Amino acid sequence: MSGRLEATFQRLREKKEKALIAYLMAGDPGLAETEQLVVALEQAGADIIELGVPFSDPIADGPVIQQAAERGLKSGTTLRKILDSVKSLRQRTEIPIVLMLYYNSIHAMGCKEFCNAAKTAGVDGLIVPDMPPDEAGPLKGPADAVDLPLIFLLAPTSTPSRRKLIAEESHGFVYYVSLTGITGAKLSNVADIQQNVKKLKKISASPVAVGFGVATPEDAAQVSQMADGVIVGSAIVKRIASHQKDPKMVSHVAEFVRSLKAAMAPA
Amino acid sequence: MSMLPDSHGRFGPYGGRYVPETLMPALLELEAEYAKVKKDRRFQADLAYYLKQYVGRPTSLYRADRLTKKLGGAKIYLKREDLCHTGAHKINNAIGQVLLAMRMKKRRIIAETGAGQHGVATATAAAMFGLECEVYMGTEDMQRQALNVYRMRLLGATVTGVDAGSRTLKDAISEAMRDWTTNVRTTHYILGSVLGAHPYPMMIRDFQAIIGKEARKQILAAEGKLPNYLVACVGGGSNSIGLFHAFLGDRKVKMIGVEAGGSGIVSGKHAARFSGGKPGVLQGTMTYLLQDENGQINLTHSVSAGLDYAAVGPEHSLYHDQGRIEYTYATDTEAMSAFDLLAREEGIVPALESAHAIAEVAKLAPKLKKSQLIIVNLSGRGDKDVQQVAKMRGVEL
Repeated sequence: MSGRLEATFQRLREKKEKALIAYLMAGDPGLAETEQLVVALEQAGADIIELGVPFSDPIADGPVIQQAAERGLKSGTTLRKILDSVKSLRQRTEIPIVLMLYYNSIHAMGCKEFCNAAKTAGVDGLIVPDMPPDEAGPLKGPADAVDLPLIFLLAPTSTPSRRKLIAEESHGFVYYVSLTGITGAKLSNVADIQQNVKKLKKISASPVAVGFGVATPEDAAQVSQMADGVIVGSAIVKRIASHQKDPKMVSHVAEFVRSLKAAMAPA
Repeated sequence: MSMLPDSHGRFGPYGGRYVPETLMPALLELEAEYAKVKKDRRFQADLAYYLKQYVGRPTSLYRADRLTKKLGGAKIYLKREDLCHTGAHKINNAIGQVLLAMRMKKRRIIAETGAGQHGVATATAAAMFGLECEVYMGTEDMQRQALNVYRMRLLGATVTGVDAGSRTLKDAISEAMRDWTTNVRTTHYILGSVLGAHPYPMMIRDFQAIIGKEARKQILAAEGKLPNYLVACVGGGSNSIGLFHAFLGDRKVKMIGVEAGGSGIVSGKHAARFSGGKPGVLQGTMTYLLQDENGQINLTHSVSAGLDYAAVGPEHSLYHDQGRIEYTYATDTEAMSAFDLLAREEGIVPALESAHAIAEVAKLAPKLKKSQLIIVNLSGRGDKDVQQVAKMRGVEL
């Protein structure tokens, strides 16, 4: 049982709704703001929170998330502090929270200690963008032991045999990368996405969420037609970046998330 | 030894393929294609032709009599990779990979560069075969290696500055990986050292192993015996593994890799991974890294842009743990003295990277007997550094 994550997809399926997965960089601008954002975005319609752990060398990320990571590191954010934040959030919300983090952050803490700490804090899944299933061995054991789903990414370049591997290994959901590129690029080739997601849904027991390049309510509306979940990252982070000193930053970002969710409403 | 890496790209616990899924199919394709060309006579003949007629191989193994006399100990030989076309060993790998890219029908080449030598080598190979070329370089390195930036542009390459992190080699590699992730269908990424995800560390080692194969034959011809020591500088580790590889089975040949000691280990401003680092994952591979307790990568420092990097090739990490290769470091100051030493004693201005290896020879040779032999890899020439050295010494050109 994956708990919160599975229950959320189940609840949405019954309502014929799709999951809005909102990405936040933990500690941008500070962890207190991140906690406020999680609560506010849930109220604004986010169904799942993907919480980025700032890393000094994020090879899968475009400039928007890179700069957010730099701000996160500057505010003194560490993985342990993020887990403390998740724990404190669990007093206030049951929204599923998945962590997106580079493997070295996990490796530095140790796979087993990290998985135990993440589970105890109330984390619901892990996305490790530089760890394909081929390298997941050392993390899989400790993650399985505490029932912490590993969510793998699948790309437009993935071959049929890799699609199968990833569909089998991924739990919680499968993260379909909408484009050949890095986070924050522009959405393109919607027909291709549709075709690939359709193929993927046939072989995946888990829900399929689509991310990378989903920037506007229109994008979210389009993608929600084909997938079980829509992941929005850079577009949210950009709004946090441009309102760093604004006391209304949280409500401004929440407003944007509300517009995304509204656009995804079933016809 | 030469059976490494295993089929997962592992050198013991090190190496592997820690990359976004988007790149996995390209790495698997590259691995398969490389396995084919390794056995393909036509490819190997082409490569041998270009290395001989274009690069100027074999490079000489030069007996440095005045340096030997000055240091008063072991007899010193220089493996003259500085005499390669473009001025460093980097061209050995660049030619090999460009040939491979053309077989895979990739007409666009990208590369990262630190000191600019790999960027120049790649721009050169791309120009020779008429391929489009873009080189990523940290803006800090663009300043200190301005001459090489202009050389790359003369060769028709686009040089793109990277203004993130430490603005050096590490950030250039990240940006090149992002470009490759975006343009993987049309582009081949020519990584310049034995770094990154499998098959790069293996493939680049193989392309550079010619250095040691030649040196082994040359020393046997000149002296009738194997050397006691091999010395080379270690940034990513391609010139060193290139020299060392052919000798790994010769148990009596000792090998020393020289890292960048920067302002000294205690200062924290250095790039000596084996003196201050621990294993972790960066840019596709598991290896020794300079990192903090949370796994964030530390900023590095070296007078030499080519050694200024937080990680080291995974194969080196294994040999470090096994004790097969000894790793030490030379500080900026020691490297600068060695730079002068070689210029004055032998009439050879070494690259600042290679000067680190010379600095170790200056410490080692006097402790050895006159009958003992050292081969040091003179991985590149110092023309590119002349301007920077003058500037550091307050000399206006």
